Amino acid sequence: MNFAVVQFPGSNCDQDAVHVLKNVLGHSARLLWHKETTLADADAVIIPGGFSYGDYLRTGAVARFSPVMQAVQTFAGNGGLVLGICNGFQILCEAGMLPGALIRNRSLQFRCETVHLRTENPNTPFTNQIPAGKFLRVPIAHGEGCYFADSTTLAQLNERKQVLWRYVNAKGETADDANPNGSVEGVAGICNQHGNVAGLMPHPERASEGLLGSADGRLIFESLVHWLGRRVSPRASALTAQAA
Amino acid sequence: MHLSEPPVTPELIRQHGLTPEEFERIKGILGREPSYTELGIFSVMWSEHCSYKNTRPLLKTFPTKSPKILVGAGEENAGIIDIGDGLAIAFKIESHNHPSAVEPFQGAATGVGGIIRDIFTMGARPICVLNSLRFGELSSPEVRRLFSGVVSGIAHYGNCIGLPTVGGEVYFDKSYEGNPLVNVFCLGVLRHQEIARGAAKGIGNPVFYVGPATGRDGLAGAAFASQDLTEESADQQRGAVQVGDPFMEKLVLEACLELLGTDAVAGIQDMGAAGLTCSTCETAARAGTGIEIELNKVPQRGPNMTPYEIMLSESQERMLIIVHRGREAEVKRIFDKWDLPWAEIGTVTDTGRMMVRHNGKVVADVPAAKLANEAPVYNRDAREPAYLAQVRSFTLAQVPALKDPIADLKVLLAWPTIASKNWVYRQYDHMVRDGTVVHPGSDAAVVRIKADSLPRDVDQKIPEKFIAMTVDCNSTYVYLDPYEGGKIAVAEAARNLACSGAIPIGTTDNLNFGNPHNPEIFYQLRESVRGLAEGCRVFNAPVTGGNVSLYNQNPEGAIAPTPTIGMVGLIERLEHITTQWFKDEGDAIILLGNIVNESDPLLGLGGAAWLQVIHNLKTGAPPRCDLEQEKEIHSALHALILSGVVKNAHDCSDGGLAVALAESCISQHVARETPKLIGAQIDLTAVKNVRPDALLFGESQGRIIVTTSDLNATKTIERAKLLGIPAARIGTVGGDALVIKTDTELKWPVAELYDLWWNAIAGAMA
Repeated sequence: MNFAVVQFPGSNCDQDAVHVLKNVLGHSARLLWHKETTLADADAVIIPGGFSYGDYLRTGAVARFSPVMQAVQTFAGNGGLVLGICNGFQILCEAGMLPGALIRNRSLQFRCETVHLRTENPNTPFTNQIPAGKFLRVPIAHGEGCYFADSTTLAQLNERKQVLWRYVNAKGETADDANPNGSVEGVAGICNQHGNVAGLMPHPERASEGLLGSADGRLIFESLVHWLGRRVSPRASALTAQAA
Repeated sequence: MHLSEPPVTPELIRQHGLTPEEFERIKGILGREPSYTELGIFSVMWSEHCSYKNTRPLLKTFPTKSPKILVGAGEENAGIIDIGDGLAIAFKIESHNHPSAVEPFQGAATGVGGIIRDIFTMGARPICVLNSLRFGELSSPEVRRLFSGVVSGIAHYGNCIGLPTVGGEVYFDKSYEGNPLVNVFCLGVLRHQEIARGAAKGIGNPVFYVGPATGRDGLAGAAFASQDLTEESADQQRGAVQVGDPFMEKLVLEACLELLGTDAVAGIQDMGAAGLTCSTCETAARAGTGIEIELNKVPQRGPNMTPYEIMLSESQERMLIIVHRGREAEVKRIFDKWDLPWAEIGTVTDTGRMMVRHNGKVVADVPAAKLANEAPVYNRDAREPAYLAQVRSFTLAQVPALKDPIADLKVLLAWPTIASKNWVYRQYDHMVRDGTVVHPGSDAAVVRIKADSLPRDVDQKIPEKFIAMTVDCNSTYVYLDPYEGGKIAVAEAARNLACSGAIPIGTTDNLNFGNPHNPEIFYQLRESVRGLAEGCRVFNAPVTGGNVSLYNQNPEGAIAPTPTIGMVGLIERLEHITTQWFKDEGDAIILLGNIVNESDPLLGLGGAAWLQVIHNLKTGAPPRCDLEQEKEIHSALHALILSGVVKNAHDCSDGGLAVALAESCISQHVARETPKLIGAQIDLTAVKNVRPDALLFGESQGRIIVTTSDLNATKTIERAKLLGIPAARIGTVGGDALVIKTDTELKWPVAELYDLWWNAIAGAMA
């Protein structure tokens, strides 16, 4: 598989994503500079964590206007898989590619720690390799990761099974003290209505090797790979669409 | 020389912190009176921060050589050590104490930014940071404000630039009230051939300024750092504190590493303390060349900046780069790619002089090498502090009797200096870069080096290596006995590395002291340096660089002398990495080293946390440190770790054996709200004729708790004894309580201990 990892000025988890995709999972992965206007031969796009454009104004608010994000929007519009991690999730929300918003943590402090995640919908490109009943241990590291959506949006997300992961305790229960940032209903990650764009605050690329404390995050990348492997390349369909 | 410049008067000279003798020396060097701008230039370069004028003779006593040192102490912005396979590490510690005292958030943030620049200036990719922080007691609202500001400043800078803060220490002691210490350590990785030099080489080469524009912030910060803090400091000196922009530094870092990969760079130096002044004269001095710059070409944030302001500004995230003539286009291409400002501001000359023009007029013309290297050196007077006689006269008979050891351990675990620092490190991104193998909360941080740890990832496999790092100093010991305390600071750092499975390879030191003009302070400085040097020699961990921060005084007096040690070790294989917490039920608990040092008249209670916290006594001669014996214990531990039997290792430090055992039971953290607690049954009834307070809470040095499987216990003890190390089984892992049997049975449920220890700082800050 060919992964493109977008590199904004201020991205800082870009190399980590490339490392995991390339060195741990053995796929092709390359950095895609924010001034690029095409995605070339990418099968899937990762919008990595960091502080794009310094996160001035508001997290992700500037990044969505970059040239590369226009290309990502087109790619996603054609069914391409896009995964936003942390700052990437914030950018996808700002760009309107995912509903809702990420606001300051309830504690008003940056929070870096490992959390437990429960997968809410196993039938998506991002979750299909996660065994039922498995709670993922994956780190978070953010100051503005409190997911918020109005009640209508939230009801829709639930109804359409767009909530992919929730923060839970070690027993897999949602609980106030298991929620590290005050996210509404403990939402940690969601996807769009078509299921091809997803975002989450936790960092699966930091939990893809046992020596770093957990390899649970690998399951998310392996889900993408599995999904891509069993269907026609989305890039091919995107090209067909453009030609038409 | 400059029309708008004020005349140089004795009053102006005094305001610049220069003595009449120093002024005469400047006149001697110049052969005339200095201009106002030149006076400013000399004052910052000859400040303690830049010149080490009060400490240079002491620093010379540090061991600084080893076959592995590629760049040694004092040569460049940071030292570099060979770690094999063509790879090397650059590391250094630096203080930002004074700025943090007046503006905690920005002061601490720019401290992080500054040390990171020192590392990538060497051509290395920074991969992690650590910090050593000291504050007054948390009961004071002002201390809480400083503590919270410093932590969020460090978090702000480190998190945004994308470097994990992987470890550190935080001490709380009354002597730091109003004068907190913020020491930041950074480590980077590079290939041998990638070492960059801060030298203005090649006559005629162009000199580039890259990074954001110069403003009036941080004017003469280096000089400010070299004065006592006063009540008025906060108001007067806020302008001397710089404002940091980690986003900008991330871009400068990536652009510089990309540029260094092109061979276009002849020399590079960051503009840190003393900004443009220091970077120009030092690069010229190192190369034996001259440098000529035109200040008009320097990007400026506001109009009408004077030459004095431009030369002395400490605006952050700026670099000076000397480029091979003809390669200018590459600088422009790369810095344009990163949308960074750049400007060609001058050339390298053969005059040996730092020539500064403004609008074509010469505003400073100084011999570069003399400015950089010929600051006066002072051999200050030293006198043993009066309080030490009283300290030494303190005897065991004056130690109050142990009344309630159950309560005492709980109080100690909740004492902020001993309590878990999760309130701090959960605000730091400590995992970015996918390298943190041992997180904050064990004896030393361990980070993996992989291909993208290098300045440029060229898709080349490199052998996986692990670096262990720690920062340590128990300043109470140093206060009570500067020499012994200095030795212990090094021994403790080495012991923490040993417990993580590493062998020390190098040291960086941060000497934080009061005003050196006071002979009693200078005595603390001299004696602790003697202890540090001896320690570094014994552990084969030569000093590769560091920082001196003097004048750490508040109106109440000087801080406790604090020579912070940053030590780095190498772990060759993943399976040798060892953590401090107990692992499995039934494992045997073994103590390496003598349970109490009976040759110490105070049995390890002098300066102990227990005396300080429970009895409000900060006195008594601190524990004795036998460096040779200490080293033998570390070597034995290493041999045991290599043999594969050791499941945990944790040293006994603040709070003694009881605290070390408790920490081993409660410090494993699986995830948020998910500690992995495990009890232990300890039997000390075989230890005869030792006071229980010394046994439980004494801080005798050279003691390490290890566990092995029950099956391996006997052979481990025999092996340790063969290696000449006292070793004895003291208990077994298991249950849900820590139980210690002495003449009575003491029992603490681990869940209760965990709760006290984990939540103490959050509770104090709420």
